Amino acid sequence: MENTITQIVYLISAVLFVSGIKLLSSPATARSGNARASLAMLLAIVVTLLDHEILNWTTVLAAMAAGAVIGGLLARYIEMTAMPQLVAVFNGFGGGASAAVAAAEFVRAGGNSPSLGVDVGVTIVLSTLIGAVTFSGSLIAFGKLQGIVTGKPVTFPLQKTFNGLLFLLTLLVGASLAHVAVADAVAPLVGMGGLEISGPFFLTLVVAALILGVLLVIPIGGADMPVVVSLLNSYSGIAAATTGFVLNNYILIIAGSLVGAAGLILTQLMCKAMNRSLGNVAFGAFGTEGQTAKAKTGERPVRDVDAEQAAMVLAYAGSVAVVPGYGLAVAQAQHELKKVCDLLEDRGVIVRFGVHPVAGRMPGHMNVLLAEADVSYDKLLDLDDINAEFDSTDVVLIVGANDVVNPAARDPDSVIAGMPILDVDKARTVIVMKRSLSPGFAGIDNDLFYMDNTLMFFGDARDQMTELVKEVREA
Amino acid sequence: MGELLILLYIFVLATLAGREVISKVPPTLHTPLMSGANAISGIAIIGALMVTAAAGQLWVKVLGTAGIVMATINVVGGFMVTDRMLQMFRKR
Repeated sequence: MENTITQIVYLISAVLFVSGIKLLSSPATARSGNARASLAMLLAIVVTLLDHEILNWTTVLAAMAAGAVIGGLLARYIEMTAMPQLVAVFNGFGGGASAAVAAAEFVRAGGNSPSLGVDVGVTIVLSTLIGAVTFSGSLIAFGKLQGIVTGKPVTFPLQKTFNGLLFLLTLLVGASLAHVAVADAVAPLVGMGGLEISGPFFLTLVVAALILGVLLVIPIGGADMPVVVSLLNSYSGIAAATTGFVLNNYILIIAGSLVGAAGLILTQLMCKAMNRSLGNVAFGAFGTEGQTAKAKTGERPVRDVDAEQAAMVLAYAGSVAVVPGYGLAVAQAQHELKKVCDLLEDRGVIVRFGVHPVAGRMPGHMNVLLAEADVSYDKLLDLDDINAEFDSTDVVLIVGANDVVNPAARDPDSVIAGMPILDVDKARTVIVMKRSLSPGFAGIDNDLFYMDNTLMFFGDARDQMTELVKEVREA
Repeated sequence: MGELLILLYIFVLATLAGREVISKVPPTLHTPLMSGANAISGIAIIGALMVTAAAGQLWVKVLGTAGIVMATINVVGGFMVTDRMLQMFRKR
């Protein structure tokens, strides 16, 4: 165990981590919470460097500098729309780091974990396993979000059986690595001695865990990736905590388990927002069954309007609720939208935003994108708050959203049955700005488009929004 | 066994603390919170520093260095991008 001063600094750092996360959960204090957590990290790093007799300063500092430059550049220049995949990549690196540390400890023990004692052996195996699953799983999630790997669920026959067997293999290999008695029992089966198996078995563990990470994420559809990333985030925390057990280090355990628990809660919140259970996300291969829904598209008449007509409706309304979806972000139209809203407000129209919890590519993503466009966060209303307002709203302007405003969610037979939606159809007039009548992620038609009080405003969100700015100004 | 028990105590209590502090988060902050929590999981950097610090064997050094690079990317990138998101959240 390290000296007392180090331990006390770790304790201060732990307190800062806990209070930092606490502050992160309210918009007014979130930024200082993040600053507090980064201070905690800095303290822990500095005291660790001072406490240990560093034999290779050059290597350590060069590695830190390289990581800081790469991370800093990514953080500085990433587009806000690409946030989900960035979080996935960062998370993968966190898991990878834990696995690398555990592997290094294994090598340091002479490639012979049983000699370390069962407790250390078990934790080395666990942090290698969880860290490696997090690493490969996060990279696949990144690939899916970035469009490098297909967003569709990838399945093959007996997938779950295969995953189960692979997991059993990691457990068996892990147990033999952690315990001399198991090693002695298993080793003869593969024609080796108890000690000889350590090296090859450890490699088997790493490879099997990496494959397992890929196979666990690949059958999950692109729309569910944020939940997966959140869950993997929780795993990377647990991996760090188990590394703390290996190294006998308190701050690793505290920060790691904080993230493990926080990640799990966030995952549950996200599942709730998407009306899915975690088991359903993990094993449902969602997105495959959606296509079987009734294909009435194009059969029914819709009322379409141009920019001038839409501008008239908006400019002479008393209150407008804007419902933004991912289409808005794809078209990069949030800044033009902000201009339209400013013009409307100048005319005395009350403008609010109804943000669905899963609008965008990850929960809370749309709020970030609107904040980027300078929309004040107190105008962003949550699902329940805005739903209470639609009855008394004159015009709803839907930009690039689909499934989250689909009244089919109230139909118990629909594939999206029970999903929390924005009740936009209760407003007097609904304007839908959209490229076409094509369905959203869930792959089903939207009855809202064919209602009498719905006006369809077709076209690219950015072009149309630019037109709208002009027309509202002249209205 | 005493030491392991202390570690277990810390693990369980910190898990409970994590659950308590995060139970009520407005959906507005889900993305920054996830990215902030993610940056904290880069605490693995402490482990990477510890193993690399005293590394004699080549493979320990290689693995430890890889760990430092990956964890630093996670920590620096994670905190910076979270701050970049949060500074845009303003009330007017």
